[in-house]
Amino acid sequence: MLHYTLQRLVVAISVAITVSIVAFFLLHLSGDIAISIAGPEATPAQVEAIRQQFGLDRPLVVQYLEWLWKAVRFDFGDSFYFRSSVVSLIASRIPVTLTLGAISLCLSLLIAVPLGVLAAVYNGTIIDRLALSFSVIGQAIPTFCLGLGLIILFSVTLRWLPVSGASTWKHYILPSIALGWYAVPAVMRLSRNGMLEVLSADYIRTARAKGLSPGVVIFKHALRNAIIPVVALAAVQFGFMLGGSIVIEAVFSMHGLGYLAWEAIARNDFPVVQAVVLILATIYVGLTFLADILNAFLDPRIRLA
Amino acid sequence: MALLEVQDLVIDIPTASGLLHAVSEVSFSVDRGETLAIVGESGSGKSLTSLAIMDLLPRVAKRRAATLTFDGTDLLSMREPEMRKLRGSRMAMIFQEPMTSLNPAYTIGNQLMEALRCHEDVGAEKARARAVELLERVGIAGAERRLLQYPHQLSGGLRQRVMIAMALMCKPDLIIADEPTTALDVTIQAQILRLLHDLKKEFGMAMILVTHDLGVVARVADKVAVMYAGAIVERGPARAVFKAPSHPYTRGLLNCIPVPGRTAPGTPLGAIRGQLPNLIGRLEGCAFRDRCDFAAPECSGPMRYVPVDAGHDVRCIRAEARKAVA
Repeated sequence: MLHYTLQRLVVAISVAITVSIVAFFLLHLSGDIAISIAGPEATPAQVEAIRQQFGLDRPLVVQYLEWLWKAVRFDFGDSFYFRSSVVSLIASRIPVTLTLGAISLCLSLLIAVPLGVLAAVYNGTIIDRLALSFSVIGQAIPTFCLGLGLIILFSVTLRWLPVSGASTWKHYILPSIALGWYAVPAVMRLSRNGMLEVLSADYIRTARAKGLSPGVVIFKHALRNAIIPVVALAAVQFGFMLGGSIVIEAVFSMHGLGYLAWEAIARNDFPVVQAVVLILATIYVGLTFLADILNAFLDPRIRLA
Repeated sequence: MALLEVQDLVIDIPTASGLLHAVSEVSFSVDRGETLAIVGESGSGKSLTSLAIMDLLPRVAKRRAATLTFDGTDLLSMREPEMRKLRGSRMAMIFQEPMTSLNPAYTIGNQLMEALRCHEDVGAEKARARAVELLERVGIAGAERRLLQYPHQLSGGLRQRVMIAMALMCKPDLIIADEPTTALDVTIQAQILRLLHDLKKEFGMAMILVTHDLGVVARVADKVAVMYAGAIVERGPARAVFKAPSHPYTRGLLNCIPVPGRTAPGTPLGAIRGQLPNLIGRLEGCAFRDRCDFAAPECSGPMRYVPVDAGHDVRCIRAEARKAVA
């Protein structure tokens, strides 16, 4: 188990470093940062001065290593646009995004997994077909469309919930539904397929031959095995949700990390963009690592290999 | 009265190309302490028959019977919750695939104790003690340690021993072993068979042994039912069937296996020509007639059982004629 954990940890750190390299170089290749900072009115001499002031005249590798060295000590420099350090900006924005992401993930798992189990247990019946139709519809509706639709119905027409912002728990209801909706079809279908496969396994027949009740057979013997691939998928979906939250935060005007990224990209605020990309990637890698560990707990064949 | 009484058991499976008659009019009985062997090749309906007794057939398969009683109780009219109380407690089952028949996510101990605790109101300690006792009885060394192990840490032979111990947790009256040795090494096969036979006697259980291996039958069975294409073609006391096999199919099967001391070295073993008929649609007459050396026009007509000896009969209308000739 220790060996497995260390192995996964090394993989996770390697992925995080790779992402940081790709993010750093892509941004620097996308245009001359000195010109962006100086603005369209600046003279060549001013641009050159900025280039020297920000150390942009040095080789990219040196710039990357310096940035990374500071980044591991949580120093991402200052924002070009906002008058504060990148770290304090992120610290003020990240709670909104993490709350939104966590609620959305819980919501989607609470809907998708039971629905998948139900569809598998009642395979081929009307319940199964309804669940599958639901997942097709789910996949066909873009996140922002659903977000706007929810606003029109629940905020504008019915006036039950606020349109935008993130100040109370009520503000989180609609964005969480819109964001969580995105993960439901994939998770539901994986749960359903996993359950279908497991329910026809020999050990399920053994469990039934023991005289166990359907509840014990389905939840103790089948779901425990069917849920293993779902855990890995849930981590991936949470990563997508962090990306999707850029759209949802914009639609609902929630000042989270996604909204910050959107603002920073629009204003060529490179230090902020780089930091947000690195943090989102690290969260994603961290979740994948957690999913691997959780799977080891669920599956003794991984744990005791 | 017999412990298990099966009369005219029929299993139909609807398919896209018509109704598949997987099992047709199968009748047999098993007394307490008796071993019945159901013999047949793959697809003869022997496994479905055993699953039908436990009411564990796949959902698509439809079961009918004139009589299906266990210890005097009608199983046909029994509802699922009552059936569940019988399963595992009074009739237990051992399956063909020890590698996949145990849940990979739980320890051996968990799965063994669960078998007892879902039927009897006993504490964990008592269930544990019984699990250890049975693991030791089925010949697993270090039982205490094994309880904490997972199925993937055990060999196929050990897993089948665990399956046997699990089936015995509630001291059942009837144990159904569906090809319990097929997936195992030849050396392990004999040990497992010996073990099953000894346990059956020790616990005073009845056993239904489903197998395609006639060698297995000869060693442990009291009674034999030979199945072909979903029907029992010959049934009777094991000794009588082996001594005077009366159905051409039974004889064909016996000719396929070498008998030490009787089959002379160099003698070619027999083979049954042709293959199993398609069981979709109405089957009239003897299903074996296309492969039979003694087939006559009347074999397409209605079939009936012809007595050979006391308790030994054969589903072959030519048996009488051939007997007269002999």
